[in-house]
Amino acid sequence: MTVDALTVEYWTRKGKIRAVEDMSFSLEKAETLGVVGESGSGKSTLGLSLIGLVPFPGRITKGKIILKDKEVLKLRKDDLRNLRGKEICYVFQDPMTSLNPVKKIGAHFVELIRTHEPQVTKQEALKRAKKLLKDVGIQPERLNDYPHQLSGGMRQRVMIGLAIALNPSIVVADEPTTALDVIVQAKILDLLNALRDAYGMALILITHDLSIVLQRSDRIMVMYAGHMVEYAPSIEIYSNPKHPYTQGLLKSIPNIELADQKLEAISGSPPDLLDLPKGCRFWPRCYCAFERCRMEAPPLITTGTEHFTRCFLYEEGRKA
Amino acid sequence: MLSHLLPGLASLAKRGLAGWLVIFGGILVSVVVVMTIVSPWIAPHDPSAINVGQPLSPPSSQFPFGTDDVGRDMLSRIISGGGIMLQVAILSVIVCLMIGVPLGLFSSHTGGVIDRFVSLIMDSVYAFPGLILAIAIALVLGRGVINMALSIAVVYVPSYFRVIRSQVLSIKEMPYVEAANAAGARKRTVLSRYILPNVVPSIAVVATVNFADAILTAAGLTFIGMGVPVNVPDWGWDLTNGRRLLPSGAWWVITFPGVMIILLALGFTLMGEGLSELLSPRLEQ
Repeated sequence: MTVDALTVEYWTRKGKIRAVEDMSFSLEKAETLGVVGESGSGKSTLGLSLIGLVPFPGRITKGKIILKDKEVLKLRKDDLRNLRGKEICYVFQDPMTSLNPVKKIGAHFVELIRTHEPQVTKQEALKRAKKLLKDVGIQPERLNDYPHQLSGGMRQRVMIGLAIALNPSIVVADEPTTALDVIVQAKILDLLNALRDAYGMALILITHDLSIVLQRSDRIMVMYAGHMVEYAPSIEIYSNPKHPYTQGLLKSIPNIELADQKLEAISGSPPDLLDLPKGCRFWPRCYCAFERCRMEAPPLITTGTEHFTRCFLYEEGRKA
Repeated sequence: MLSHLLPGLASLAKRGLAGWLVIFGGILVSVVVVMTIVSPWIAPHDPSAINVGQPLSPPSSQFPFGTDDVGRDMLSRIISGGGIMLQVAILSVIVCLMIGVPLGLFSSHTGGVIDRFVSLIMDSVYAFPGLILAIAIALVLGRGVINMALSIAVVYVPSYFRVIRSQVLSIKEMPYVEAANAAGARKRTVLSRYILPNVVPSIAVVATVNFADAILTAAGLTFIGMGVPVNVPDWGWDLTNGRRLLPSGAWWVITFPGVMIILLALGFTLMGEGLSELLSPRLEQ
């Protein structure tokens, strides 16, 4: 999948808010992309726009999304509907309310499978559901349970099972573990990665927690106030972060190898998207901002193979 | 069926006062309904036969509820007089369900101008005093069970619409609906499988409360002569008759039908109140 210059705006009464601006990236088969950002940085909007489901009053104003030679944003309504659930699947943040409380687990699978493959009988769909449940680590008998009979972690497993049911090319997991405790969190993330390898799908892992995607993704995209501020392989992000924001995020994660590490927080808070600072969006919080940062917005700069960052510090001819 | 019902009743009893309200209301309603259904076999006399006894004889061992001014047995008229009212109530509730529920679902889910327009119409109907509107419509439509049911239905469709609409407004924002959309579900699937089943509890509550109102309105319509032909026994008509006879001291002609109407309406109201308490647990927490 290739995303090119994607811009999503929310047209509110107070003015247009650019939740996602000028976003370009590509996703290979069986790759995990971690999207990291604070609340309101546009990461969920980015995820939803991939399936054309930006909530009202948002709209995609610019850009292209190309999946298997098809332009997602130009698809007709029915084709777009077929794409959702079959090609690109979504795992939502809150497993407690993401399943229909009046339907049994099995019915969720049957409906999903038969929506996209009407020729499949109910029995076949249930058989496939059993296998899927086994794949996500739930006893197949649970098909006959209602969502309220499952725990949060189990429900998230069911959601993941639903997401992989039709063998999609991409699974978007939007903070899949925020509502779960730490141990379940690790299990769910490992499950997602294991399934990625087993099913050969690409995984987009959206989170506010850099630490959970560092080990588990191939590449990481750091978002700040609607901009992609850094985009690089995760080993690069970890060992050689460029953007001051990424550096700040890394400093706020405890590291077992550094004995006397002092955890640091990034001071200040993200800007109001209606009232963005002139120039670089991060300069009011940046420890190394200089004159130019206040005046001009930095472009995306290449700083090595596959490493991009949006900071003047790395402009050609300038030593970092 | 009974084997399913009994454990249900037992669990109702455990739900405290609200459960008992539902049980008590249910018993009241079923007694009246069963009595009306089997009335041809249990009524001691033909409810429409005149001169069964001395006209206007007070309650006695022979005529426990007395007789009216043409000598008809009041007990028999009480036993069989609920039929019309129940038919009207059931029909009107069905019509309300068929119009109000789909309209509420569609309007609320679509939103925007359509929703505002439908809501405006519904609110204007809702603003009318119910009985007066029903009388006006009944006057236009004329007599008969179906016409009565229709005129009552028009009055109560907005209550269904409002409840359904507000429920759908909150349910359509639930993550499972969003998840269904993200999984490529069709609009009609989302409406029928995700939203509708989750508003059913509210529909049950409105329908039960609406039953009580429909009974009272039906009685009111018959009372002012908008009901059914006189030869069919009916509590509402007996009320009218009894009002005329009351000055002569014949209190029994008006009292017993009145009590029956109140009991039936009370039964439905108790069920409705109990159900609404049981089915909206958020209020308790």
